[in-house]
Amino acid sequence: MKSGNIIIVGVGGQGSLLASRFLGELFVSLGYDVKLSEVHGMSQRGGSVITYVRFGQQVASPLIDFGEADYILSFELLEAARYLPYLRKGGRIIANTQQIDPMPVITGKQSYPQDLKEQFESLGVEADLLDCLSLAGLAGSVKAVNIVLLGRLSRYFDYPEEIWYQALERVVPPKFLEINRKAFALGREKAPLEEK
Amino acid sequence: MKKLLMGNEAVAQGLYEAGVAVVSSYPGTPSTEITECLAEHRDIYSEWAPNEKVALETAFGASLAGVRSFCAMKHVGLNVAADPLYTMSYTGVNAGLVIAVADDPGMHSSQNEQDSRHHAIASKVPMLEPADSDEALRFAKAAFELSEEYDTPVLLRMCTRIAHSRSIAEVGERKDVQPKPYHKEWTKYVMMPGPARVRHPIVEERTKKLSELGNSCDFNRVETGDPSLGIIASGTAYQYAKEVLGKNASYLKLGLVNPLPDRLILDFAKSVKRLVVIEELDPIIETHCTKLGLKVEGKNLFPLCGEFSQKLVAEKLGVPVPESVRLSDPVPERPPVMCPGCPHRGVFYTLSSLKLTVLGDIGCYTLGAAAPLNAIDTTLCMGASVSGLHGFNKASGASSAQKTVAVIGDSTFMHSGITGLVNISYNQSDSTVLILDNSITGMTGHQQNPSTGLDIHGDPAGKVDLEALCRAIGIDRVRVVDSYNLESVKKAVTEELAVSAPSVIICRRPCVLLKGVPKKAPLSVDSDKCRGCKSCMKLGCPAISFRDGKAHIDKTLCVGCSVCTQLCRFDAFLGKEEQLS
Repeated sequence: MKSGNIIIVGVGGQGSLLASRFLGELFVSLGYDVKLSEVHGMSQRGGSVITYVRFGQQVASPLIDFGEADYILSFELLEAARYLPYLRKGGRIIANTQQIDPMPVITGKQSYPQDLKEQFESLGVEADLLDCLSLAGLAGSVKAVNIVLLGRLSRYFDYPEEIWYQALERVVPPKFLEINRKAFALGREKAPLEEK
Repeated sequence: MKKLLMGNEAVAQGLYEAGVAVVSSYPGTPSTEITECLAEHRDIYSEWAPNEKVALETAFGASLAGVRSFCAMKHVGLNVAADPLYTMSYTGVNAGLVIAVADDPGMHSSQNEQDSRHHAIASKVPMLEPADSDEALRFAKAAFELSEEYDTPVLLRMCTRIAHSRSIAEVGERKDVQPKPYHKEWTKYVMMPGPARVRHPIVEERTKKLSELGNSCDFNRVETGDPSLGIIASGTAYQYAKEVLGKNASYLKLGLVNPLPDRLILDFAKSVKRLVVIEELDPIIETHCTKLGLKVEGKNLFPLCGEFSQKLVAEKLGVPVPESVRLSDPVPERPPVMCPGCPHRGVFYTLSSLKLTVLGDIGCYTLGAAAPLNAIDTTLCMGASVSGLHGFNKASGASSAQKTVAVIGDSTFMHSGITGLVNISYNQSDSTVLILDNSITGMTGHQQNPSTGLDIHGDPAGKVDLEALCRAIGIDRVRVVDSYNLESVKKAVTEELAVSAPSVIICRRPCVLLKGVPKKAPLSVDSDKCRGCKSCMKLGCPAISFRDGKAHIDKTLCVGCSVCTQLCRFDAFLGKEEQLS
């Protein structure tokens, strides 16, 4: 790819900062100009968060806007739906199927939409959905959801596998490296979810 | 060496390379990481001060003593530090003094959207504004030179999208800067009327020189493209304009945003057909252009409120934007919430169930205002809960004092709550203040404060004893409760409200996210016992949801705080032991 835009979305506290730094290091190692934009502070407290990852010859804006994202990497299903307008035509959603009820759903004011996969399809949006929570558990930590999802994303790029693992090593502390390598591999290797 | 750095990391790196020796700040999003990164360098002195005013005065003292010093704060922090700033402009500095101030257009984590450039103009202090991490590093470094050459503190304006974005920056080595000797010079440093009258014209002369510097310095640059459209911008707005227009416009990119360079602006205006200023928040560059007699567009196109983006810039300048799709039904909102196991939750549940009027403050606990707790009535600024409560009670008398409280966190109390409590004690109102002591500065990401007993490095430090402090202020009724214990919180609040005397209730329990705070195993719900009465749902705990007529606990979120078990009349929540048996 000459350039690309990836948004990482989820619920504050799910590890989007590590994921964006991972991708940042990856694209820098491949010689790209890179800009990332992160969320810190109040929104991190269980709110909806969006992190932007941009790479190319020269990147000006640190943001990605509506219709510009090649990928939406979503740690939670509802968040993929929320940020759908950011996806460009022909872009792809890669999402964890985990559902975390937001406060208006918990308090019963609103309900969690149940047919999101179908809704994505009806709009002609490609969505690769994966139970990252189970896979992360299998790798040894439910906190590794972010890394499972990054493993999934790696399938859509033609880079040699070791490039990804090198980037992983740069952002993950040594004592958690093994779990994260496993999580990444599970996300990368697991067959796509069959149509239900 | 090139490195991918967050804007705030880049500022810290630039300051470090420039030989900064003393750093004093109060945390505030989006400025906090600058000081945290500097603290990693043990060869320089860094600290968290109780508030921004103290921090800036500390940095000033260090500058006076002869070393390059620095202070960081968020935009509203500069209001607190404005008092020393405005007069420091007169005294100037000895060694360089740089102040980073981080604005928050779009209010990602702030109570207002003020534009710090007003402070730069009003205090007559030069202000630099970088547009990416590389500039953040270079500007931070150059700010010290500017400070020393022009004998002035220098403001470095950041904003959320520069502070919290990562881009590639050129990293260098630390410069060895020798301390400057301190000389007694009372006509420069004692700002009473006589000397200050001498200093003020010096400040005005300095501003003229700096404006002249702006015409030719590296902070400002012209990028020549299509002359039919000329854009004047700084910071993020420049990046959005470049993204949208590329070579289809010419740019005057400003880095020294106060004072503005008259001649450079006039020359640029002459070279283009249509002149547009793109700036987030207030029309400061635009107004300056108008004063120069230029025909300029700006806020007739762009909003005063909120954060900009490339889409906004494109739309306002008539450039097509890409198509996008959305779901037909609106997606449920996901506002920020208090974390599972947050010690504040039970306190707010109690205040809400007692139907009290609650004057709130700034911190994680501001989230107590949101549904379903809806416990907070006001949030203004750091410390306003305590002083506001006093005024509220003085105005409405006993009827108010028995059903109104203030809530303030430990760090916020240290910052600006103490003086309000002094007023309650001195002018005697029957006010009840709750200090929500979670033993950390929470919302900004866990910084130590004077009541935690640890310094910026986590090493042992002096510790302010909150109970003793409140008593010393003259509050005779000071009690401590466990924030997790709903019954004791309720008892304390009810009793203190009933008493005709000032009182302080310290609700104490460390933040559940703190390292070293033991987490218990997640609870589960015995679905046979759960009657679906939804009592527990009133807590607004993100770990509890309602599925198929019963409460359900998300085991990935629950930390076993057991506040919910105190609300359940049917013993439906099971701890680890009960789950095993």
